[in-house]
Amino acid sequence: MKPSFSTRAVAFLASAALLAVTACSAGSGTSSGSSPGADQKLSIGLVAEPASLDFTTTDGAAIPQALLGNVYETLVKQDDSGKIVPSLAKSWTVSPDRKTYTFDLVDNAKFTNDKQFTANDAVFSINRVKTAWTTSLKAAMDVVSQAKALSPTQLQVTLTKPSNDWLFRMTTRIGAMFSESGVSALATAPVGSGPFKFSKWNRGDSIVMVRNDNYWGSKPFFQQITLKYFKDATALNNALLTGTINVVGTVQAPEALSQFTSNDKYQVIEGTTNGEVLLSFNNSLPLFKDVRTRQGIRMAIDHKALLDTCWAGRGKLIGSMVPPTDPWYEDLTGVAPYDLAKAKSLLQASGAAGKTLRLRLPTLPYATSCGQVVKSQLEQAGLKVAIDQLEFPAAWLTTVFKNADYDMSIIAHVEPRDLGAVFNPKYYTRYDDPTLQGYLAAADSGDEAAQVDNLKKAARRLSEQAAGDWLFLLPNLMVADKSVKGLPTNAITENFDLSKLAR
Amino acid sequence: MILRLIERTGVFLVSLVVSSVLVFAFMAVLPGDPARVALGVNASDEAVAELRRQFGLDRSLPTQYFDWLGGLLRGDLGTSYVSKAAIGPQVFDRLQVTLWLVVAGMIIALVVAAPAGTVMAARHRKISGLALSAFSQVGVAVPAFLAGILLIVVFAVRLGWLPANGWTPPAQDPAMFLKQLILPALSLGLVQGAVLTRYVRSAVLEVLREDYLRTARAKGLRPFQALWRHGLRNAAVPVVTVLGLQLATLLIGAVVVERVFVIPGLGSLLLDGVSNRDLLLVQDVVMVLVIAVLLVNFVVDLLYVALDPRLRTAS
Repeated sequence: MKPSFSTRAVAFLASAALLAVTACSAGSGTSSGSSPGADQKLSIGLVAEPASLDFTTTDGAAIPQALLGNVYETLVKQDDSGKIVPSLAKSWTVSPDRKTYTFDLVDNAKFTNDKQFTANDAVFSINRVKTAWTTSLKAAMDVVSQAKALSPTQLQVTLTKPSNDWLFRMTTRIGAMFSESGVSALATAPVGSGPFKFSKWNRGDSIVMVRNDNYWGSKPFFQQITLKYFKDATALNNALLTGTINVVGTVQAPEALSQFTSNDKYQVIEGTTNGEVLLSFNNSLPLFKDVRTRQGIRMAIDHKALLDTCWAGRGKLIGSMVPPTDPWYEDLTGVAPYDLAKAKSLLQASGAAGKTLRLRLPTLPYATSCGQVVKSQLEQAGLKVAIDQLEFPAAWLTTVFKNADYDMSIIAHVEPRDLGAVFNPKYYTRYDDPTLQGYLAAADSGDEAAQVDNLKKAARRLSEQAAGDWLFLLPNLMVADKSVKGLPTNAITENFDLSKLAR
Repeated sequence: MILRLIERTGVFLVSLVVSSVLVFAFMAVLPGDPARVALGVNASDEAVAELRRQFGLDRSLPTQYFDWLGGLLRGDLGTSYVSKAAIGPQVFDRLQVTLWLVVAGMIIALVVAAPAGTVMAARHRKISGLALSAFSQVGVAVPAFLAGILLIVVFAVRLGWLPANGWTPPAQDPAMFLKQLILPALSLGLVQGAVLTRYVRSAVLEVLREDYLRTARAKGLRPFQALWRHGLRNAAVPVVTVLGLQLATLLIGAVVVERVFVIPGLGSLLLDGVSNRDLLLVQDVVMVLVIAVLLVNFVVDLLYVALDPRLRTAS
């Protein structure tokens, strides 16, 4: 019998399929232009895709990360060390009563709709925050009583009361300068004055930006930068390993870093962020009103062991709500050091020992893995902990954030300078402390020295009162092809500055 | 025949209406407020209420349902809560991507299943047949996403032959399109192929026991010739039916595989929509999937009647 229909046929089919695979892969690999900068392209892998391009009506870190500083510019911006430096404003002066700011603006900036940037656009943009923005960040502009164009290049802003915070907030998205005739389609077609122009949005995949060749400042190196979005940490790493992208903008799985550190082709960048990973307490509950419960929990947590276990030892222990890049940072990890015996006696004294606390976690990698460690450490100190996971963002926002239906939770607060915003009776931490509010008010209205002094006191107060427990500060972890230069060590602003990148 | 056609159409339409109610009801009970997700952590209650009004979420549920249904009938899928963009074109774009995957997966499944199943049946008492059979059992047990991860590890990360993920439209760069299509299509197709192989095997086995095949052998045909001329055509009838049903499984499987391979298809759109609580978009995508599955079943129903004369006379 002729074996015309046999396993050989199957073997043939299988090998044909494999051949097709190899044939199609021939010639793969990244291409690199020979004239530096002229037509160079770069691809950066990031994790959260914006839901819209309009940060005036949609919240979320992904929109300013892509657009601020790249497409939109602000009057003033933050440099890598956290200092406020000029951008569209060349310089500025503050009146002696600290209520009037006068900005001298650059005279050669142009929006991508070909309109000149003038003080009128600045007035328009500042007023528009109050009238057209819907996200809660707009509240930072409430302190402005009037914005006035003194000349096309001079802007005067009057505040109702002195506020250091206002100038800082002008470095964030609410300080973005819009063209009066360029706000009709913010969600899909942003118009700004920055070094890059928005080119294309492949929804679900990537945002493409091209160099703004009419940019008033020094022009960026790359002609085109693609921001590619990945939901999955492994997919993101694989994309770099196989050359689909050149940079992993934020490493989501630090335990997988070794495959890059051991390879000469890649560089790993490690710095700090503004992301304080907070074990939050619901301070409105009777149990948490007792400072001994809060302090007991803080002292029951071995932060070093926790960081090693749940975030591969990457990150920084801070001990309060201030990252090291803020001028009022102090190392407060010694305020409530790990001391199991003392923790037990504090929890016993407050009556918390033996009680069951609900630890309601958002479904985020760091919260899920650190939650398990927190649970086991607290149980050693005599507490019972019931973990339940809430889908992030939707379910967590409603249950924990809005309704404060929780005992403890874990979330990274990534907004810059958010100490006052987070520890506030109206916020989900429900933390009501007039002493703290006093420090914060004095910091906002005083001069620079008074601001630093009072915020130091505020941070120490929080730590001593154990208003929450600061598990660690999220690290800025990036991996990139060795040839990519200009990546920021610290990620402390809302934006990913693409203009400094080069090869 | 006509009666049966009317009956099947009726069942199809009723299923559509019932599933639209179910889809809408599921969205309505999903915890999490779309307006709060859009406005973020610091939003005031007033701002959230205002946005709910803009989204039309303050209206009664029946009003919302009938508005949505009316839009669907007019071909208007509405506007996304989150991106403020029309949903129709987005769904259409993403559907094209997913269809490429489904079609390529189906072709691979067929190419694998038809010969493998036949060999398994023809040699069901021999080692080679048994080995293939065991192999297909493993294939049935492996979920498509796991196959995808394994394929990525081997062919993209280790060997570097193919990209690990991503998507390029065929019109933009056909070579890249093919390269990026291979792994996701294989992970869908191989798993579906394994399932289909089982059906091909039992269909062919059935046929092999038929009298007419013995007669064909008696006339002097070789076993393979007999199977090819008389057997396969008969074995194809149940397999085609299963194929239709599997198309639906493939469509759903693509949703998961898209995630693994970072492909901007209907599945990624759906998952993003769920996480952003872009409820209208989720409703639309789920409804499109439901319509696709019902439509496939409907067509298979009709085909079955057309293919099998016994069913025709029965009605």
